[in-house]
Amino acid sequence: MAEIQIKNLHKQFADFTAVSDSSLVLEDGKFIVLLGPSGCGKTTTLRMIAGLEYPTSGQILLGGEDVTYRRPRERDIAMVFQLFALYPHMGVRANLEFPLRNEGLSRIEIDRRIQEVAGILRIEHLLGHRVGGLAGGDRQRVALGRAIVREPKAFLMDEPLGTLDAEFREVMCVELRKLHDRLATTTVFVTHDQNEAMALADYIVVMNKGEILQADSTEGIYNFPSSMFVASFIGRPAMNLLPLAQGVAQGDTTARFAKASVAIPSMRAGASQAVLGVRPEHVDLLPAGEGIPARIDYCEYFGSHWVASIDSPLGTLKAVAPKNVRPAQGEAVGIRLQTGRLVLFDSKTEFLLASDSTVQHRPGMRHG
Amino acid sequence: MASVSIQSVTKNFGTIRAVDGLALDVADGEFFVMLGPSGAGKTTTLRLIAGLEQPDSGMVRLAGKDVTAVPASHRDCAFVFQQYSLYPHLTVYDNIAFPLRSPLRRQDPASIDARVQAVAKLLHIEAKLQRKATALSGGEMQRVAIGRALVRQPAVFLMDEPLSSLDAKLREELRVELRRIQQSTKATVLYVTHDQVEATTMADRIAILEGGRILQVGTPEQIYRDPNCLAVAQRLGAPTINVLPVAWFHGSALRRARHAAVRPEDVEVSLEDGDDAFTVVECSLVKHLIVAERGGIDVRARFTANYPAPIGSRVRLRFPPANCLFFDDAGDRVSTA
Repeated sequence: MAEIQIKNLHKQFADFTAVSDSSLVLEDGKFIVLLGPSGCGKTTTLRMIAGLEYPTSGQILLGGEDVTYRRPRERDIAMVFQLFALYPHMGVRANLEFPLRNEGLSRIEIDRRIQEVAGILRIEHLLGHRVGGLAGGDRQRVALGRAIVREPKAFLMDEPLGTLDAEFREVMCVELRKLHDRLATTTVFVTHDQNEAMALADYIVVMNKGEILQADSTEGIYNFPSSMFVASFIGRPAMNLLPLAQGVAQGDTTARFAKASVAIPSMRAGASQAVLGVRPEHVDLLPAGEGIPARIDYCEYFGSHWVASIDSPLGTLKAVAPKNVRPAQGEAVGIRLQTGRLVLFDSKTEFLLASDSTVQHRPGMRHG
Repeated sequence: MASVSIQSVTKNFGTIRAVDGLALDVADGEFFVMLGPSGAGKTTTLRLIAGLEQPDSGMVRLAGKDVTAVPASHRDCAFVFQQYSLYPHLTVYDNIAFPLRSPLRRQDPASIDARVQAVAKLLHIEAKLQRKATALSGGEMQRVAIGRALVRQPAVFLMDEPLSSLDAKLREELRVELRRIQQSTKATVLYVTHDQVEATTMADRIAILEGGRILQVGTPEQIYRDPNCLAVAQRLGAPTINVLPVAWFHGSALRRARHAAVRPEDVEVSLEDGDDAFTVVECSLVKHLIVAERGGIDVRARFTANYPAPIGSRVRLRFPPANCLFFDDAGDRVSTA
């Protein structure tokens, strides 16, 4: 078990900056997801932590020890590329033993570990079987077992679920999270899929173009996205981003649109052009005649709720309505935005503007 | 466009019965979704309709005509797969035009061009027509695959998880787009998915499949509100419906009931302690969810407060009887009326 710290990490591939001067503390025992679109630097960051790539500058500390230029196998970290690459010609036990053989462990120690891992994953009864004949779910458990049998200080996983079909991926997310709750080994997991991130992470690190945009708890990222990029990347349906007709100034409590205005938390910063952010869950649907007049353009049924696309004087936006509301296409309605939940962004920098509600939030991770 | 009907169709693969006496009727112009876990027989059913598999027994009808013995190429069904399966060496234009140039259809270049342009416009890929298929993003490739199906104007569209290899955002966009196109063209669509969101948001009607059989057919709201068995109740709804001991409920009508089930959004949560209080084990404002435990049973409830309830704190949960569903030993619905 160990805390991982990266300090001013920078990686240059010729004239392409993969990771730009990033600092981050990955707390011991947490499940941390590096999330971002392809090319954002998440995999490069992971590979530098693993030692598969050396940084151009900066430092990596593992449990307080500088490991920046150590070879991968001297780091006591398990890298999992894809959970499902097993040796098909070997039995389950041989697959589990494989990573231990090179470590010079005693036979007794190897057997003890395999028994323990098999117990955790409930695959004791399969130890004598061949991998080829296993059902999908059991195969996945064996692959997971092979990663944890080494008892590393940390797991690094690079899109390990990427090749699975969607259904298995969801099942696997639950299984991975349970395993983590049990082992509490620091885990760094790279993905571009926000569903995986939400299902797994204690903390999410959102990256784009080599930079860390936000490193925070899922709730911090959901409530107070640091930028418009984060706001639209996380949460489905995505946060509504509605450009204002004019800027905002410090102390403002109203956001003005061309034909309507909306009460907002008192601003602590201003911008000459601004964008209002509101999650669809925080747009209330009202009967026509109340609130801001609007019209339903399209709606989708989710069982527990509806999602309606709405044409309004604030722009086109989405709203979540409880299941008994039954919005209908073309219907005239009113909308109201929940003031305490609104955030504003500077249109030029696309970063979050401070307000009375945002200053109450403390990010869950240290980063720079 | 055409209706689709299959009657007591059975299909075995060796000793495995993939489809077991299945019957269903899809109306002309209907968006019909088959929803079920992997191994439920959804894909096999679709392939039987397309003619890619032959049933061991039973009958497949398209537009009222028995096509059980008709080869796939003569059934006028367009198939869209999860993997886009485009021709990588062809441009987007040629991929979409491909089915129209087949010797079976043989059309003049001007009318082919008109059709390709119209379809490209519908799918917002007009600007990409001259690109190689491999130079597209995943979402664009799937659009092209859908375009290639649309351009033929087939009697029936058969779609097998067409959106599941796309990321969340694209899936959301294409869901709406696909449904809009289906509504405007009045196409008959049979759509297979394991994703309940795709089912409830797009379908006119849903069939819930399990073990090669249909458990229930109905509109999304019918199936969600009025499931005929516990398996169906658990198939729709995220988070999943709570299954509670019937001993927590009172009422004479419940003598036959073994399980009580209540949807998370129907559970009433109040932040207060009491003899019958639950202990919070998880609370997520992002997922709008609270999970609380009593006597080893976890209950999920929708929770939309501004601040999370601390883990370990006590809450009271109420289950309004009008919103509870009851099931017997076998999992069949018990009427409480």
